[in-house]
Amino acid sequence: MDRREFMKLMSAALALAAGGCAHPPLEQIIPYTDGQDATDSGEPLYFATALTENGYAQGVLVRSNSGRPTKVEGNPRHPASFGASSPIAQGRILELWDPERSRAVLHDGNITSWDELITMLTARLARLQQAGGAGLRLLTRSSSSPTVLALIDATLARYPQARWHHYEAINHDNVHEGTRLAFGRRLEPVYHFDRALAVLALEADFLGCAPGKVRHARDYIQLRRPDDAHAPMSRLYAIECMPSITGASADYRLALPSSRIGAIAAELAARLAHGGKTSSAWLEAAAADLELHRGRSLVLAGESQPAAVHALAHRMNGMLGNLGTTVDFIQPPAEVRELADASLTALSADMHAGHVDTLLILDGNPVYDAPADLDFAGALQRVPASIHFGLMVDETAARCAWHVPAAHELETWGDARAYDGTLTIQQPLIAPLYGGKSAIELLGLLTGQLGFTSHDVVRATWRQRFGDQQLDERWREALRTGLVADTASAFETVTLLEAPPPVSLAPGELAADELEIVFRPDPYVWDGRYAQVAWLQELPRPLTQLTWDNAAMMSPRQAGRLSLENHELIELDLQGRTTQVPVWIVPGHADGAITLMLGWGRTAAGAVGSRRGASAYALRSSNAPWFARGLKVSRLGRRQALASVGDHHRMDGRDIIRGASLEAYRAQPDFARRQADIAPPETLYPDYAYPGHAWGMSIDLTSCIGCGACTIACQAENNIPTVGKQQVLMGREMHWIRVDRYDEGPPSAPRTTFQPVPCMQCEHAPCETVCPVEASVHDAEGINVQVYNRCVGTRFCENNCPYKVRRFNFFRYAPDTPSLDAMRNPDVTVRMRGVMEKCNYCLQRVVRARIVADRDNRTLHDGEVVTACQAACPTQAISFGDLNDPRSQVRIAKSSPRNYALLGDLDTRPRTTYLARIVNTAAEKPA
Amino acid sequence: MQVFSPGLVLALKVGTLATFSALIASLFLWRRYIALQPAIGDPVAQVVPFSHKHHVGDDGIDCRYCHTSVANSAFAGIPPLSTCMTCHSQLFTTAPVLAPLRTAFAGERRLSWNRVYDLPDFVYFDHSIHIAKGIGCSSCHGRVDQMPLTERQAPLSMQWCLGCHRAPENYLRPPGQIFNMRWRPAAAQHQLGAQLRRFYHLHSTRLLTSCSTCHH
Repeated sequence: MDRREFMKLMSAALALAAGGCAHPPLEQIIPYTDGQDATDSGEPLYFATALTENGYAQGVLVRSNSGRPTKVEGNPRHPASFGASSPIAQGRILELWDPERSRAVLHDGNITSWDELITMLTARLARLQQAGGAGLRLLTRSSSSPTVLALIDATLARYPQARWHHYEAINHDNVHEGTRLAFGRRLEPVYHFDRALAVLALEADFLGCAPGKVRHARDYIQLRRPDDAHAPMSRLYAIECMPSITGASADYRLALPSSRIGAIAAELAARLAHGGKTSSAWLEAAAADLELHRGRSLVLAGESQPAAVHALAHRMNGMLGNLGTTVDFIQPPAEVRELADASLTALSADMHAGHVDTLLILDGNPVYDAPADLDFAGALQRVPASIHFGLMVDETAARCAWHVPAAHELETWGDARAYDGTLTIQQPLIAPLYGGKSAIELLGLLTGQLGFTSHDVVRATWRQRFGDQQLDERWREALRTGLVADTASAFETVTLLEAPPPVSLAPGELAADELEIVFRPDPYVWDGRYAQVAWLQELPRPLTQLTWDNAAMMSPRQAGRLSLENHELIELDLQGRTTQVPVWIVPGHADGAITLMLGWGRTAAGAVGSRRGASAYALRSSNAPWFARGLKVSRLGRRQALASVGDHHRMDGRDIIRGASLEAYRAQPDFARRQADIAPPETLYPDYAYPGHAWGMSIDLTSCIGCGACTIACQAENNIPTVGKQQVLMGREMHWIRVDRYDEGPPSAPRTTFQPVPCMQCEHAPCETVCPVEASVHDAEGINVQVYNRCVGTRFCENNCPYKVRRFNFFRYAPDTPSLDAMRNPDVTVRMRGVMEKCNYCLQRVVRARIVADRDNRTLHDGEVVTACQAACPTQAISFGDLNDPRSQVRIAKSSPRNYALLGDLDTRPRTTYLARIVNTAAEKPA
Repeated sequence: MQVFSPGLVLALKVGTLATFSALIASLFLWRRYIALQPAIGDPVAQVVPFSHKHHVGDDGIDCRYCHTSVANSAFAGIPPLSTCMTCHSQLFTTAPVLAPLRTAFAGERRLSWNRVYDLPDFVYFDHSIHIAKGIGCSSCHGRVDQMPLTERQAPLSMQWCLGCHRAPENYLRPPGQIFNMRWRPAAAQHQLGAQLRRFYHLHSTRLLTSCSTCHH
């Protein structure tokens, strides 16, 4: 290149560079046309509705900013929420705004129109009707909606030969069959953990997986308040294979392969019925405790345990006088005319046999989540007309002739029942973003009701219930409060059958070299339907800290026996069906079993959810949906890195977690206090005065169950990006509040404690002294704020933070996606590349509350500022408020002798402190 | 032998100086070019040449008749077209300048206003609290009752914001004067300001100048 050419190129580059710089575009303001719409002043509004999980309603309040749903909060009036929420409920906002959602009706993969579908379906239905609807099949997920169920009934009345099937991969078949074995009919148990002083959970993850989990957590923690010396403390015994948050919360935990739990239950039942001795001291203690609290104890089994174990649990509750006190029974909120597994098996058989002419799959993904032995994909090829209705063009949509985009639950009208039967009328927060239809509209096609909106149909249902006179008033009241008053199901009177039907309880002990596979629901992506929700993908699983992947989970001893290490890729072989998955060693897992989470290995979930982890459905068969023996493991000699956000679960002699047994706490209440807590070291700097408010937080480790709701609530509130597996592997996850897990004791039976760690808002903040541009400073109310527009990204502050709570934007993580822009909280700055960020006690909420109070010339009262994590927490483990107010919740919490500062000996003087964990074990030395 | 003749040296010096000056000048031009538009005092062209001078100055319409949410929301509010049409369905019904308004109201084409005041996205300003605490409209927006086309009156720079947050008493008005366009601080403003500061229960200057008051 000669000089002339160089000059030419350089000047061209310069000109381009100069041309590329432009002032920000002139913003436009578009006024509303009609004054009726102009009530929008930009202030957030909250609407009460419900989100369903497996057909069960979870009451929520959804924040709407100028008509855009941006955040889910719990509904304080709703019995399944009491103001709290779950990670999945929080994640549903991201699901709504997912830019990859299906946008058009498809026929053989080509875009067509809703009208085309109506034409096709009408012609087909007219022909089917002549044969009474023979060959017409409907497949839905579990549904508790009176409107949907009425429409299904209307369809079946119109086509008597048609059949309705329903399927959930994570279903309650065993629960319903268990009550049939015990009481002669299918019922749903409703547990009252606020009355149960001794609880035995047989692989029942009632805090993490059950339909009423958020309410269970609130009830459970009512009896776990050690600071009240007069209140009794409950004791929880858990038997499980894979450690769950319920197991971690338990006072006593026993790890057993899932197939062995039935035998233990039988042994315990015999002990309770006839007295005598059991084989182990553990079981003996449990039996004694249950008997001691006769009428105030509870035995419950999880959905993965066979129906016979459920029946046994009911029998034990009967013997202990718990029926009607700690457990009641109601008609199942979701319709169960037949069991889900049987229902899908029957459908699949009919499809293979060519008896199915038209199949309507209303929201479901059986090609992905049906048991492998049913070969649902193969069966679909034999159906002439298959119509899939769903949010995404997923695995099932790709194999169906037609696909109809579904409206999200936040886009349409509907109704649903909560775990206790309480009804909610669901209202839309926004018109369907992508022209989706509701299931109600699609079912309307079958019953010949064309041109009705979901609103018309739902209102018609409620017109019948409320009556014409009161319709308007009661309808509005139901929408305002988020539930229809007094609709909780009446408790059924149950009597145990005299002679229970003989059932064989589980096989005997595992042989030394025998292995069992156990399938568990993933707590966040569930059965796979939330795989596309990046927040839930990146939320570390409570017990493994894994993100973006599932793994073959086994105990340290089992890994030793098989000579396997973390990240090592293995092949699991169950009766000839195989899948490849890396190993993850989980302390506290039962020996002799390998656990694989359901919900992974999606192939057509979208860019976020596809090809993550391995599909457990490839191994799962319809006769052994939860566990099976005869698993073979072979090593593949390769590694596949798993992204875990925590690789250090020991405390190495530091006082990170402090805890004691209840007895030890009563004997020495200030056991958690150390020198640094009593007398902080001398300092050269004068203390700052905070004459106004001084914000502070307290986190109760006794209450924290590790569910992760705080992390996702924070992510949604504060516009926190997800970074992807590669970045997590480099330790660059962005969560402002993480939930650390610490194991104490032997790896075979550790005591697991969760510790949520947000920014400690240190009074002597190490980050502030090293920032060269003063981007990290204290404000006048004591919050350690991060000023994004000052930050130049030196990362000194992160380096100097002993708590690792500062997060750096290594890349521009917020993509230019219009739908995701619309989802963001407008009160929080979206951070750019090269900027440090961290928890700031939901500053935007403090400022908003302050402005509202100042406008009225009054002071803020306690509880007016609620941080996102605090609002979401099902157990109210987090209290937040003004440390200057002697009557504030946070002051009361911090006055507990259990109060301690994390790494307090560093003299950082954190404003966020912890309350030591108290477990109700017989005797344990203070730790 | 001298390699550089005195003339050449002079030429080089002048050339270097000229290059530097040109660079600095272009830097200033570039700064101006990327600066927030529009500039202070530049009337902003609108599709409908809405005149605050006419509506406020001549007709005496109160600010809150159109900017309805100014007292209870961060956003002052842009009136819906139906507000315009309360009068303009009767007055100037055929005026060509109002044609875009009529077509928009009929739902045929959107009407959009060019923004005059635009804060950076990392700054959070709330109209309602300023109104509630004695800051009048004209303190920031100027005499809009004299503007045929609305123009920006304040730089909206952080220094400008802090100028008031450090010493709000210089600008505080009695409650009845917030929407008065003609209000000017009197000679005894420092005395009145101090009284008003107590009357409005204003926070400490430390809180008013905390980063977190405007950035979150």
